[in-house]
Amino acid sequence: MAKKISILIVDDEESVRDSLYNWFIEDGYRVECAENAKKALTMLESDIYNIVLADIKMPGMDGLEMLKRIKSLRKESIVIIMTAFATVDTAVQALKDGAFDYVTKPFDPDDLSHLIRNASKQISLLEENEILKEKVVSLENVEDLIGNSEAMQNVLKEIESVAQSNASVIITGESGTGKELVARAIHANSPRKFFPMVSVHCGALSESLLESELFGHEKGAFTGAVYNRKGRFEMADSGTIFLDEIATISPKMQVELLRVLESKSFVRVGGNKEITSDFRVICATNRDLKSMVEKGIFREDLFYRLNVVNINVPPLRERIEDIPLLVDYFIKKYCLSMNRPLITIDSSALKRLEEFPFPGNIRELENMIERAIVVGNGKKITLKDLPLGKTVVNTTFESLDDLEKNHISQILSKYSWNISVSAKALKVDRVTLYNKIKKYDLKPAK
Amino acid sequence: MVVNDVEREFLLPVKTQEGHMDLSEFYDPSRRQYDGNRLLKEIDFGYSDDTIKTLGIFNVDLFIPILTYIFGQAFLNGRAGIASIYRLRNERYGIKSDEKVFADRIRKEVIHELGHTFGLIHCQNPDCVMRSSTYVEDIDQKSHHLCNHCRLKLI
Repeated sequence: MAKKISILIVDDEESVRDSLYNWFIEDGYRVECAENAKKALTMLESDIYNIVLADIKMPGMDGLEMLKRIKSLRKESIVIIMTAFATVDTAVQALKDGAFDYVTKPFDPDDLSHLIRNASKQISLLEENEILKEKVVSLENVEDLIGNSEAMQNVLKEIESVAQSNASVIITGESGTGKELVARAIHANSPRKFFPMVSVHCGALSESLLESELFGHEKGAFTGAVYNRKGRFEMADSGTIFLDEIATISPKMQVELLRVLESKSFVRVGGNKEITSDFRVICATNRDLKSMVEKGIFREDLFYRLNVVNINVPPLRERIEDIPLLVDYFIKKYCLSMNRPLITIDSSALKRLEEFPFPGNIRELENMIERAIVVGNGKKITLKDLPLGKTVVNTTFESLDDLEKNHISQILSKYSWNISVSAKALKVDRVTLYNKIKKYDLKPAK
Repeated sequence: MVVNDVEREFLLPVKTQEGHMDLSEFYDPSRRQYDGNRLLKEIDFGYSDDTIKTLGIFNVDLFIPILTYIFGQAFLNGRAGIASIYRLRNERYGIKSDEKVFADRIRKEVIHELGHTFGLIHCQNPDCVMRSSTYVEDIDQKSHHLCNHCRLKLI
């Protein structure tokens, strides 16, 4: 560490400059000297010195005046003033003007070493502070959001741009795409990150339970309310509240929620005292809220209040290129948690995973890998460890045409677009298969 | 003993010369000590012509303007260094005389200052002779050898 620190010695006495120079150079510091304040200031303009050690009494500009000039040049400069016993008052003035410390000449060798060590610590702290500040503005805690695909990178960019603001966010996406992880990443990168993020699964609670859960209740408010209880909005004070499955809340709760969002105040169930809470709202849904608004199922005013920013998390089938990364991540995760040696995945098994539509998205893939580790041979995940063939129920295809297109596409991929073999597997002749390929505009994956 | 140890550390022949310098011009009556900076220059200019490195060993208390005392000093990567045995004796601190300890401190100081003339800076290794020493206790705690890290820098 000592080698990185640079020291500028400013003293009109050559013997003092030489002594300090020799002393510090033997300690491995970078040392330079100036015989007056004017020269020192010129040197400070063209180079950065971590510590300036300056005599208080010098002809021309004195140490105090130089201290002020140095501080105006570079506020974080560490200036140590050297003085004789007779000028302690002036040294005190120097401290008031921003000097780091002062030493009275001659010093005990130990004092000098201590002083420089303290100054070095201060420099490290300042540098550390700068690094931490930089870290704060870059995304953190997004390790669980795996993916190099363009779609996922766009999501990360959106998280970064929205995190610093206080705006309400609606995260949309199919079930199992990782909406809560996105909410956590937004919270973890927001100024509210040192306060709690409180999650409420709206779909799992009945209307009255949800009301008590969100707003809290007073003792005796209803049967079973034997204690006063803080609601989730109250718990999320200074932090973030995450309302999962927001589309499932009843019209009555929609009205209540709108009121709370507008006033940031509420009353506990059975209470009469108004409670205020400063929270940020992030919601998630796998349904199309806009069409629900059009149908009159979801309040338009609440929708616009919540939908300041919309982040759509892509389904896994739209980011197939992320599957190998995700598989690798889940293998590591579960091998570690099960205390097993790290295993790999067979290339044919990985290929099949890439072809699989994953209606349950990442959650389904995660469960598949966890199961494969449990039932597998402990060395490699193979095709037989993956429940791919049996459980393919793709709920996203509504028409027969979609189903047929997808099935043909899968068979073609399975047999590497060998038309004869694929036609045989599909139990149709080659011409029919060609016609279907043309009809559905199927193309081999690149 | 000192000569042998120095030769072993730096792998170079050492010759000694005893002399009686008039130190009166280096004496500072206000501090009642001898000016280490001026003495170092004197050794550099007056005595180091026929050797690679020269070290002056003095039996007087040395100072430099900024410090209350020094055990020694040297020009980093230079030709000369100085060391004082004045503060190395036990008696200076009210402790019973011990010639063995005294000799041990001298050899450490000599090797330390010569190390600076060979370009070695202070070392953090507590056992290395190049570790900085403010008090005699610090000198006693380190060995009279260069650590491997410093030895490698010499080559």
